Amino acid sequence: MSRSLPRNAATAVAAGLALFVLTEQLSEYDNLQLATMAYYFVAVAGLTVLTGQNGQISLGHGALMGVGAYATVKIQEAVSWPLAVVLLGASLVAAIAGVLAGAAAARLRGPYLAGATLALAVGLPALATRFSGFLGGSNGLVVAPPVPPGWLGATFPLERWQAWIACLAALVVYVLLANLVRSGYGRAFRAVRDDEIAAQLSGYHVARTQVLAFVVSAACAGLAGGLLVVVTSLAAPGAFPLSLSVTLLTGVVLGGSGSLAGAAWGAAALVLVPTWADDASKALSLSSNVEANLALAIYGVVLIAVMLVAPGGIQAAVRRLVAFALRAAQPHARGPSSWAHQEEKPS
Amino acid sequence: MSRFLDLTLNGIANGAIYAAVALSLVLVWRATRILNFAQAGMLMLTTFIAWAVVDSGASYWIGFAVALASGLVLGALVERIVIRRVEGAPALNAVIVTIGLLVLLQALAGMIWGGNPRSFPPAFSIRGYEVGGRAVLFSPFDLFTVLVVAGLMLALTLLFARTSLGLRMRAAAFAPEVSRLLGVRVGDLYTVGWALGSVAASLAGVLVAPSVFVSPNAFDAVLVFGFTAAVIGGLESPLGALVGGLVLGLALSYVSGYGGAELVTLGALGILVAVLMIRPSGLFSRAQARRV
Amino acid sequence: MRSTIRPLAAACVAALAIGAAACGSDNGSSGGGASTSGGKPTASAPGITATQVTVGGHFPLTGPAAPGYSEIPQAIDAYFKYVNAAGGVHGRKLKMIVRDDGYNPTNTVKVTKQLVLQDKIFAMLGGLGTPTHTKVVDFLNASRVPDLFVSSGCLCWDQPKQHPQTFGWQPDYTVEGKILGQWIAKELKGKKVAYFLQNDDFGMDGAKGLDHYIPKDQVVTRQTYEPGNTDIGPQMAKIKASGAEVVAMFTIPAYTALVELAGLKLDYHPQLVVSNVGSDPTTLKGLLKAFSKGKAPSALIDGIQSDAYLPPTSDTSNDWIALFSKIHDTYIPKLPLDGNVEYGMALAYTFVSALQRAGVNPTRTGIVDAIERGGLTGPGLVPFRYGKDSHAGYTGVATSKIEGGETKLTGKPVVTDDGDGAITAYEGAPAKAPANGVPAAG
Repeated sequence: MSRSLPRNAATAVAAGLALFVLTEQLSEYDNLQLATMAYYFVAVAGLTVLTGQNGQISLGHGALMGVGAYATVKIQEAVSWPLAVVLLGASLVAAIAGVLAGAAAARLRGPYLAGATLALAVGLPALATRFSGFLGGSNGLVVAPPVPPGWLGATFPLERWQAWIACLAALVVYVLLANLVRSGYGRAFRAVRDDEIAAQLSGYHVARTQVLAFVVSAACAGLAGGLLVVVTSLAAPGAFPLSLSVTLLTGVVLGGSGSLAGAAWGAAALVLVPTWADDASKALSLSSNVEANLALAIYGVVLIAVMLVAPGGIQAAVRRLVAFALRAAQPHARGPSSWAHQEEKPS
Repeated sequence: MSRFLDLTLNGIANGAIYAAVALSLVLVWRATRILNFAQAGMLMLTTFIAWAVVDSGASYWIGFAVALASGLVLGALVERIVIRRVEGAPALNAVIVTIGLLVLLQALAGMIWGGNPRSFPPAFSIRGYEVGGRAVLFSPFDLFTVLVVAGLMLALTLLFARTSLGLRMRAAAFAPEVSRLLGVRVGDLYTVGWALGSVAASLAGVLVAPSVFVSPNAFDAVLVFGFTAAVIGGLESPLGALVGGLVLGLALSYVSGYGGAELVTLGALGILVAVLMIRPSGLFSRAQARRV
Repeated sequence: MRSTIRPLAAACVAALAIGAAACGSDNGSSGGGASTSGGKPTASAPGITATQVTVGGHFPLTGPAAPGYSEIPQAIDAYFKYVNAAGGVHGRKLKMIVRDDGYNPTNTVKVTKQLVLQDKIFAMLGGLGTPTHTKVVDFLNASRVPDLFVSSGCLCWDQPKQHPQTFGWQPDYTVEGKILGQWIAKELKGKKVAYFLQNDDFGMDGAKGLDHYIPKDQVVTRQTYEPGNTDIGPQMAKIKASGAEVVAMFTIPAYTALVELAGLKLDYHPQLVVSNVGSDPTTLKGLLKAFSKGKAPSALIDGIQSDAYLPPTSDTSNDWIALFSKIHDTYIPKLPLDGNVEYGMALAYTFVSALQRAGVNPTRTGIVDAIERGGLTGPGLVPFRYGKDSHAGYTGVATSKIEGGETKLTGKPVVTDDGDGAITAYEGAPAKAPANGVPAAG
């Protein structure tokens, strides 16, 4: 069933209201966590479109976030435009990088694409030290955090304002991507993913579709990088290591590849699992070697366990649970309808 | 001229290490079509075990043998216990499992041995050979490294081409269903593939350990370059891994020597992109290049 | 219909999860009034209760930067445990909350906010790293949290006007570079010098100092390395080819060791002059142990020239080292007693001195004033330069040499600044350790 713009917008508005209420309740640090989840969502959603919907695996989106982050800082240094325009600009710069990377990537498949994007993730941050005058070297660049507008009051917490900006951006990205996925472009992505030759025969231009998917995901990563600057006020090569790109990919798969709701789960997991693991390790009094590494060990175990137990990711597991609950809640059906139910069982 | 010689020899020595890591990734890919990101963690673990053996007083060669043996066992265990369950699942799932395993192994090593780097002995002297009255950037230990890796490559090529085990492994990888019908124990051969891959990685680990100092994160760079080398060579053949490793080792040595150490990762990106634009499935691939 | 539920459900569950986590966190009262009674300890500031003082810091406990540096917070904690066992400070126990940032500035921002907003620390202590800590300096100062004794030699912590809460502690890299440079210019006059530098502010600031004293034409080549890339063969070959007889190095210990190994490979044995950061003999011996092969383990590192601002850890006759050894053996016996452990304990000692001075009911402004008053003593070979106009800690070093596998001081302690100021000798006597190891009040 095709979803329309009003429907997606309505979802976004509802979520927006819920988030607004939430930010009022949360402490400043937890608002920071929420803002982090929001920018992770933006990056993971873009990546899930590329990987889940279009079948291209990228290990380089952390570097594209870096492009967006540095662009945000440099634009803010140069001109004093409103933040929304700056973020749009950063997104555009990352999109241009995405065109270049995507054009190269369109010729590559599977592990070769993974290898090329991995090299991108490792090599691109080195530009900051190569051009240290312009890009700040290994120390990176700092900016002033965004100031909440005066009409919100003098004591309006900075972290809540940052959460608002990040969540608003996340909602806008959700609406745009949801529409893209349901549109003709989305069908093109999936057709190319499922069978390139059949797609070509059906008239889809394979390479252009793949580059488009790459550009969309790069633009999202760039915006996420800009939001990272909003939340942390920094752009530095140490903030965009290979592990960030890997983390984004794990967010995609943990949440459920190809689904935007999965991206939300994934983003939440990326922030919450390390936090819970850290709290767990601090609650036990352990030797310092064990305590320092326990959070990481738990994170590794969670990744393995989720993949073994719920291969479709959190979204698929939730959907199964919801379907199971709905079926259990329904009264026993008699006659033909019970047969109909059985045929509808998901495989 | 002598600078060029130094950089070339240095590149060959480094390239042998990358080739060994690339080989381990190729073996696992050929057997089960999975990219094993946990390889860095597995080789780190076996190197730590070897270090513990040598540090307790045993001879270097016992430590060396222990590293290879524990690699064999570790590879088989990982495949049997963890990877078996994701072999049929989408490719991304296996990637995430190996990533989770990597994180877990690094955390466990940190818990057991802590973060302080350990000193690991070289098999032979590290003093460079004398060429024309001056010491070059190539030592007996480097020669040993190159010979051992080349020997391993040769042994594996012979294994695949000449033995029935190799034939069965190739059959299991390319046509698992037909192989099963013909009585080939496909699952066992997957395990063998992982075990052999892990041995190759453990070898790389003990060979590179003297110059990176053993600690949980010391082998991250070797994995990145090993992966890059595997992709350059094409993931299909041991020879591709060797050539990919040497090409990358040489290229990075020249970039570092003539350009500067800060350009090395960009150099790796450049080499990889250059190779993949000409041959999108690596140098030794058999697949057709896709026309864009 | 279900598609509407999904993202909403996701948002709500996420919200509930954060809410659950938030409920677990401390929602204690904010701030504290001015201290009232001078006699009895009360909750006089955030992070201070009648019975406990809580401070915190960000350190790389995991990841590639963890080797060595992860010992520092453990050493701070060990000294605090010792002080607690002796009764604490004005009857309060000291607590150090250590949070791992993995040397990633994004994490540094996150854990710093966690320390300040959630853990409600009284002050940040020893936050480690330049690329990391520079990203939280503005936040700490805006939140008026004392940012004490940053574990980094960046020149940037001494800015009392812009960052009134932030204090440095160790000598900065340019100060060190100047003193080493002067030593090279005097003792190795006319010899060709090569620089081998880490490719960041540590190396660059150090080189700035060296350049103050080493004549330009004496420097035949400058090479850099990237931490994380251990193949320095090409750089070392270039240094050897340049004919340098001296290599001035601003390197971390792993790379000092790698330079030694490359020297072995190339049969090249120049005089090494190494920054204090990379010359700890215990660490170097550990890294080079497997290469000594029958010879004394110190053979590879003897002769290295360096500098020191704390007594050498091998000097067991020194009362500070006796104190630190005792604490080490009791609380952190598994760690080697190396430069990092000494650093952590000395830094903790400085903090406790300042805290004692801040009175029975310290406040955040109180401890900043206590430090700015100057005159804090400790194990340092040179004095601190804390004052109203200076937030720099140690501003000098004494030249040293590694002999018999141990650091031996070779020169008198000298002090300087990171500009064009001259290098002047420090004539004062070193402070003695207090009998019970805890700094006296006031």
